[in-house]
Amino acid sequence: MKMLINVPETVVADGLRGLAAAHPELTVDVENRLVVRRDAPVEGKVGLVSGGGSGHEPLHAGFVGRGMLDAACPGEVFTSPVPDQMARAAAAVDSGAGVLFVIKNYTGDVLNFDMAAELAEDEGVQVAKVIVNDDVAVTDSLYTAGRRGTGGTLFVERLAGAAAEEGAPLDRVATLAHRVNDGCRSFGVALSACSTPAKGGPTFELPPGQLELGIGIHGEPGRERRAMMTSGEIADAAVDAVVTDLRPDGPVFVLVNGMGGTPLLELYGFNAEVQRALGERGVPVVRTLVGNYVTSLDMAGASVTVCRADDELLRLWDSPVRTAALRWGC
Amino acid sequence: MNTSASGTPDPAIDSAFVRRWLSLATSAIEHKSSWLTELDSAIGDADHGTNMQRGFAAASAAVEREPSNTPGEVLTHVGRQLISSVGGAAGPLYGTLLRRAGKALGDQPAVTPEELCVALRSGVDSVAQLGRSERGDKTMLDSLYPAVEAMEFALSSGSGLLAALAAARTAADEGAAATVPILARRGRASYLGERSIGHQDPGATSAALLIAAFAEAAEAV
Repeated sequence: MKMLINVPETVVADGLRGLAAAHPELTVDVENRLVVRRDAPVEGKVGLVSGGGSGHEPLHAGFVGRGMLDAACPGEVFTSPVPDQMARAAAAVDSGAGVLFVIKNYTGDVLNFDMAAELAEDEGVQVAKVIVNDDVAVTDSLYTAGRRGTGGTLFVERLAGAAAEEGAPLDRVATLAHRVNDGCRSFGVALSACSTPAKGGPTFELPPGQLELGIGIHGEPGRERRAMMTSGEIADAAVDAVVTDLRPDGPVFVLVNGMGGTPLLELYGFNAEVQRALGERGVPVVRTLVGNYVTSLDMAGASVTVCRADDELLRLWDSPVRTAALRWGC
Repeated sequence: MNTSASGTPDPAIDSAFVRRWLSLATSAIEHKSSWLTELDSAIGDADHGTNMQRGFAAASAAVEREPSNTPGEVLTHVGRQLISSVGGAAGPLYGTLLRRAGKALGDQPAVTPEELCVALRSGVDSVAQLGRSERGDKTMLDSLYPAVEAMEFALSSGSGLLAALAAARTAADEGAAATVPILARRGRASYLGERSIGHQDPGATSAALLIAAFAEAAEAV
């Protein structure tokens, strides 16, 4: 598999150096794997710190800036960052108002963030945590690691980030983050496997003419393999899965998210089908985002996230945001 | 001093023994790195070998920079390095195992096989606690618990260090192989449900390599 890299060992560091060159509004510490908004710590503001394996760009570093995250900690490709990174990030963004860790629900991420919270608390930083677990493809039971954090992460980071920017205290930012996560559901499909730099090829075999339903964002196979479906059929399957689980009784935000290897033309066409499918099920949509936001390297495919909206969340969503990957209102 | 069936005397369990273990474990992980990653790509995310290799290389370098005088201190140091360099679930889990075991050994310059065994048992228990897992979940515990139990049984039946660690090694290998038909209940493999059946668990496999390195460290005197 051809890749636009130097050597697999330096992909994360090379990406960070490029991010720094493109975004002078960010402080990028390549050695310690840390991306921080340049004006941090913002006086009196709760700091938002997230992080996770690399390979999901623009998540999380692309969401650092006004109205979203204060810092992001990129790990190796598909590998959670280490506790030292998050502890350092917490120290860098804490103005005294405390720090919220936004954690995607994977065993490694949860363990490393837990250890980081202990380190940060030892240094006198008040830490709250929200674990994002929006992926309905995983049966949430005692017999799995629980639902994965995927597209819902964008809504948690954006809406909690907006509340923090308005000066909400830590307990309110954390409560809002939990409420947003509770109102998010996602479902993803893959048309191809992704290729990690370390492996140099696809992480699983997907024969031509087949697709995987219920995939995560780490190149792991999904729960079910089927003969290829049309965009409309995939939209019906994804919307069914999320709506059946969430049972929304009001308006929703929608994210039609590319996994990294699917052209925007196809994503917009897919969005048309997703909006039709939601309309047929009587779910009103207040805002829609289409693009590659929570990716899985070069995987072809898409995920659909719906997030319950209300007046407060809509106002927070529309407030100014200025990050590498999301920006409006400023 | 105990002797093995072949008449070889048991080595002392001192800081040199643990450093020998680290060096053997580091090269075993390095040699089997692609295999671990291959196993992980079937039911995980294809990086277990790479991550373990990075962690053990960092731990080896750190121990070389700051040589410690007691076996407990070396294990604790290795554990801390793994937590700071591996990432994923493996970093905190292996790191906690070795830190807990190291602390259990205290600051004695040398320990008995029984003390090593008790320390390993306490390290393995801490993995179960941290990972909220038990035996049969298709995790590293499926090779670690059989290894510790085999070692306990061998020591209580009068075997010395060499024989006890050899028994632990066999039990760990068998435990890793026995994860193939198990349905995963923890970690990323659990997302696959039924599709996790039929694959050997990468964590149980790397844990068996670390146990084997203990047996080799005892033989390598």
